[in-house]
Amino acid sequence: MKQNLSIATYLGLKEIWRNRGRFLLVSLVIALITLLVLFIAALGEGLGNGNREYISKLNGELIVYQAKSDYLIQASRLETDKVKDIRAINGVADAGMIGTSNATVILNDSKQLKVALLGVEPGHVGEPQVVSGAQLSGLNANEAIIDRNTALRTKLGVGDSLTFRVTQGTQDTFFTLKIVGISSGQQFSLQPSIMVPFDTWNRVRPQSEAELKFSISTANIIAVKLADPALVESMKQSITDQVANVEVADKKQAIQALPGYSAQQSTLNTQGGFTLFIGILVIGGFFQIQLLQKVAQIGVLKAIGTSNSIVAAASVIQIMMTTLIGVAIGGLLTFLFSLTFPPTVPIVFNGTTSAIAVAALLLIGPLGGLVSINYAVRIEPLKALGLNS
Amino acid sequence: MNNTISNQFALETRGVIKEYQAEAGTIFAVDDVSLTVAAGEFVALVGPSGSGKTTMLSMLAALLKPSSGQILLDGIDLAGMSDAERVKLRREKIGFTFQANNLVPYLSAVENVELMLHLNRRLDKTGRLRAKELLARLGLAERMNNLPGQLSGGQQQRVAIARALIHNPSLVLADEPTASLDTERAYQVVETFAGLIHEQKRAGIMVTHDLRMVQYVDRVLQMRDGKLVREYSSREEIMKLAGK
Repeated sequence: MKQNLSIATYLGLKEIWRNRGRFLLVSLVIALITLLVLFIAALGEGLGNGNREYISKLNGELIVYQAKSDYLIQASRLETDKVKDIRAINGVADAGMIGTSNATVILNDSKQLKVALLGVEPGHVGEPQVVSGAQLSGLNANEAIIDRNTALRTKLGVGDSLTFRVTQGTQDTFFTLKIVGISSGQQFSLQPSIMVPFDTWNRVRPQSEAELKFSISTANIIAVKLADPALVESMKQSITDQVANVEVADKKQAIQALPGYSAQQSTLNTQGGFTLFIGILVIGGFFQIQLLQKVAQIGVLKAIGTSNSIVAAASVIQIMMTTLIGVAIGGLLTFLFSLTFPPTVPIVFNGTTSAIAVAALLLIGPLGGLVSINYAVRIEPLKALGLNS
Repeated sequence: MNNTISNQFALETRGVIKEYQAEAGTIFAVDDVSLTVAAGEFVALVGPSGSGKTTMLSMLAALLKPSSGQILLDGIDLAGMSDAERVKLRREKIGFTFQANNLVPYLSAVENVELMLHLNRRLDKTGRLRAKELLARLGLAERMNNLPGQLSGGQQQRVAIARALIHNPSLVLADEPTASLDTERAYQVVETFAGLIHEQKRAGIMVTHDLRMVQYVDRVLQMRDGKLVREYSSREEIMKLAGK
């Protein structure tokens, strides 16, 4: 067995080396497929991440919505006293109101940046941990935490002032807050975000004339941290039973319900799948054509006593090597290209996603080559050498 | 391989038949052929197209099973062997040269010769040296590292001869080894082949349609319609057949 593998490796690698130009071309095709698959995976991860980042990083397990809002954050309106009811439920460690809206940050060079303006309760679930600076100090403080994406795009830091514009009634209104902290990436609906104290948010958020007139204070959702994170299902029921007119989702449900999230991810996954499928066809086609050109050569090898297992193993080794080199080149190209992308491009190379993509790419070679390997094993030396006349 | 029979010949066939079923009835490609070849003897198998010589060669090469009869190589009957045993036998006890496409195109001349030792797990320093010496004897000392595509037809046939002999097989088979060569090269190749078979005491069989080449063999077996119809064993008869 070991000896057979040694001969198969010798034959397989010799053929690759002596025909390196041809094999390199196939490797380059695989490299391009790798580049495409990794970018689609990274784009999927980046877009998905941009959509779900704030929710997925919430330091709680459950999200409470207005009943019949279908877990749509923007469609949900919760009265502010509901948070007290939820905090009072046995098994709830903490709860925090979260309000969502949009604003336009005005930058020094008169450029603008659209951001998500999130109202959070300082010291409660929903306020992200800062990586530099300080947490928010009070419900009504004129402070903001900006996420890493906002910091990168605005070049603002802790201690700087942040001016943004919202529409209240029919007027464009400008507010200036002091940046007290910077958090990790907290994109919300593919926008960089600014987290402000909840009462401040209620004051500075975009409001209709009616909202201005009646000073209605509502949160969109309430994030809940459980005393025992394992009791997600029973606590969902418990909150629904004890608080009127709410529905509760865990984070996974909440992410799936984000507008366009599922459709976007399935589109990108389908693209990735089709690219892999095309890869299988391309590699399969190449190795089949190559095999048809060397039927006589394999016939000679078999006639002089080369076993089928050596012939098959040599083919597998060639396919694996070609694929491995292609994926390595493709991975390197992807890395180099990724360095050239600005932070505004939603591309994220997640270790797990990339590893799955690379594993799938390494599999497409042997899968594509299955037909040709089977064909090689079935070559009859008599026919291949024209001795069956 | 537990079917050893005591035998003084390197190769012996006894009543070998190869039949095929066709619409018109049973066709006997080889019909009751019995022959012997001793070690160090070079035999030519001649006959017109369709006489059964290629089918006979395929059976002797353990590439095709006879319908009935025995083929004994070093006293071992090929007929009862499994496919894996036949592959092993071809690797260890038989050397081949074919009409064309003889060599593995991505291996150099010396690598093609060493391949037989590699397959037989006998590629060591001595084996490598022997491969080089054999190629040098065949006039290819300067061409050892050339790929087959860089060699002429005659040079390729000489490399194939070296590959057929390097692993000390009991039987060496050549199927029309001069088919793609000009006359001068053809004479050179067959003469060299015959010399090495005699010197190394192998049993050699050459299938050829070119009767001029039989001048280098010890015996000529003539086939027609699947049967062995005549044997030429005297030098005079053979040279006459070769047109000399």
